[in-house]
Amino acid sequence: MWTWFYKLASPPYVYAAAAALAPWFLGLAAITVGYGLVDGLVYAPPDYQQGDAFRIIYVHAPSAWLSLFAYTSMALAGAIALVWRIKMGHAVAAASAPIGASFTVLALVTGSLWGRPMWGTYWAWDPRLTSELILLFLYVGVMSLRSAFEDPSRGDRAAALLGIVGLVNVPIIHYSVTWWNSLHQGATVAKLGKPPMPGSMLWPLLSMLLGFMLFYGAVLCMRLRGEVLNRERQAKWVREAIKS
Amino acid sequence: MNMAADGLSVEKVHVWRGDRHVLRGVSLSLGPRQLLHVSGPNGTGKTTLLRVVCGLLRPEQGQVSWRGHSISSARSEYQATLAYASHEPALKGDLTALENLRFAVGLKRRVTADELRSALQRTGVAACADLPARVLSAGQRRRVAMARVLAMSASLWLLDEPFTNLDAAGSDVMSSLLQSHVAGGGSALVVAHHELTVECDMRRMELA
Amino acid sequence: MRVGAFEAFGLVVRRELCLSFRRPDQLLQPLVFFLIVTTLFPLGLSLQLSLLRDMAPGVLWVAALLSSLLSLDSLFKSDADDGTLEQLALCGQGLTVIVVAKTFAHWLVTGAALVLVSPVVGTALGIPGAAFATMLLSLGLGTLTLSWLGAIGAGLTVGLKRGNVLLSLIVLPLAMPLLIFGAGATDRAISGTSAVGALYFLAALCVFTCTLAPFAATVALRITLE
Repeated sequence: MWTWFYKLASPPYVYAAAAALAPWFLGLAAITVGYGLVDGLVYAPPDYQQGDAFRIIYVHAPSAWLSLFAYTSMALAGAIALVWRIKMGHAVAAASAPIGASFTVLALVTGSLWGRPMWGTYWAWDPRLTSELILLFLYVGVMSLRSAFEDPSRGDRAAALLGIVGLVNVPIIHYSVTWWNSLHQGATVAKLGKPPMPGSMLWPLLSMLLGFMLFYGAVLCMRLRGEVLNRERQAKWVREAIKS
Repeated sequence: MNMAADGLSVEKVHVWRGDRHVLRGVSLSLGPRQLLHVSGPNGTGKTTLLRVVCGLLRPEQGQVSWRGHSISSARSEYQATLAYASHEPALKGDLTALENLRFAVGLKRRVTADELRSALQRTGVAACADLPARVLSAGQRRRVAMARVLAMSASLWLLDEPFTNLDAAGSDVMSSLLQSHVAGGGSALVVAHHELTVECDMRRMELA
Repeated sequence: MRVGAFEAFGLVVRRELCLSFRRPDQLLQPLVFFLIVTTLFPLGLSLQLSLLRDMAPGVLWVAALLSSLLSLDSLFKSDADDGTLEQLALCGQGLTVIVVAKTFAHWLVTGAALVLVSPVVGTALGIPGAAFATMLLSLGLGTLTLSWLGAIGAGLTVGLKRGNVLLSLIVLPLAMPLLIFGAGATDRAISGTSAVGALYFLAALCVFTCTLAPFAATVALRITLE
């Protein structure tokens, strides 16, 4: 029963599958992001309180979502690799981490740009942005740990374990930061991304979300190809693939 | 069931370190009353092999079994029956020789101070028992480490370069300890550069 | 003839305490560091005692976190360097028993010691005596949890040459909930409101971490021991 699974996780198969999938992801991402941007930035009505400043949510909310999504997929890929000793899981985790970290940075930058007109300052220790910042620290920890080992297979496994520990901690961190914020600030500060939203604002947001996920998939495939080549550089199939 | 059902058996073990293929399908078997002398130039994976055999390092391919069972299935039970001496003496400088032995051996089996002192006596360092290990010479530390192996009363000895830093008398002591261990029904896997002069059922394996 | 797990636990704790007390200077260093860091804050801020009292829980907790972290680097490192960690790993007891014992002993000589000197620091920072019980309890729970988080980090970085900065980098983000609830509890106790909620959270975190972290730390140590 496991044989198909291991075949699926064999490096040449992963390399070929990533190559085949990447253009599809990229094309679909272009369509959904294109629609989301035009509809969200041009046609959606301005917010009655925030005016046009709210439109940054079309970039901010999907990046924040993707920062968590990429962390979760990184940790799960690492967990699978650690438990069943499937090396390609480590490759997926290693390819995923920098993408997720970039989405985290994007969410932080757009969040503080939004905060400037709303709070009058770029950084007001909003609980969601603070959690996002800690998530960035978690990403940095995992990536530095992976690269700190001379033996890449040990670095992979250490990073996978840290990713799992971090994943368990993400909800705890988010909850504690929210608790801390309610203690010190009260509820007067405007929160990013209030839930009730009319459809004309919501549809472009959902489209952007889908587009960002497809974009993540596309970049993951491309980075994964690089990871696989680098990890398998001693293997015969890589030399043949490079020659042809 | 494999051939050495009453001893140690290593089958086609492969270990990679990064890009380096350190162990390329190493196989060996070792029964009771046998000594296996592993030699070979630097960097051929002698220490790696010992670490695989004692279960510290899990090989990418291949299997290590002890008395017919894979060592990963009952790792603690297996490790309770072995005594490993790495090329470092593994002594705490701030503890006396006797305390070092008490904490290391005491985790394996219940042991009295007298037993530990007699082990130190047999390796010729009884006088150092109550000195902190940091003041001992390299050769004395090696002898204390040997006393630790002795006091563990394990059936399988895994020794990494046990003759390093030993003088002629020390080497003789070492060889006679190995001899009596093997004669008493034990097995020993010894990594050493030079020839061993132990009178017992000894085989030699060259790693390349 | 084989030694039981509890006996082994006791033996390793005794070994660790014995080693610590042979080096009293290293035992005192984290405590002195704790005192120095708490001295830095009043010097860097101002001598307005009311302001200092407002900052006190945060200052106390940041100093406690940093000084516990400082000593965590050595949790497995010295044993890994001289080869005794391999001997411990091969003692036939299962590595988890060794990890639990070492971490507990480490907490006794750093965390618990830090809790004992915290009333002195608290008094200097203007924390009223009525808040001491909450402060001691929260620091006790917090440092124990931190020791466990740190054991994972120390296990992961033990094989690295310059692992101590990396250790802080990977442990501090995980320790932020401790800081929030610990300083929050102390803060509430100072202002006279109920700190029970925050203490419950700290206790829950402590139980949760003490349950899962030993296994994570064991896996971490196995990965780097290879």
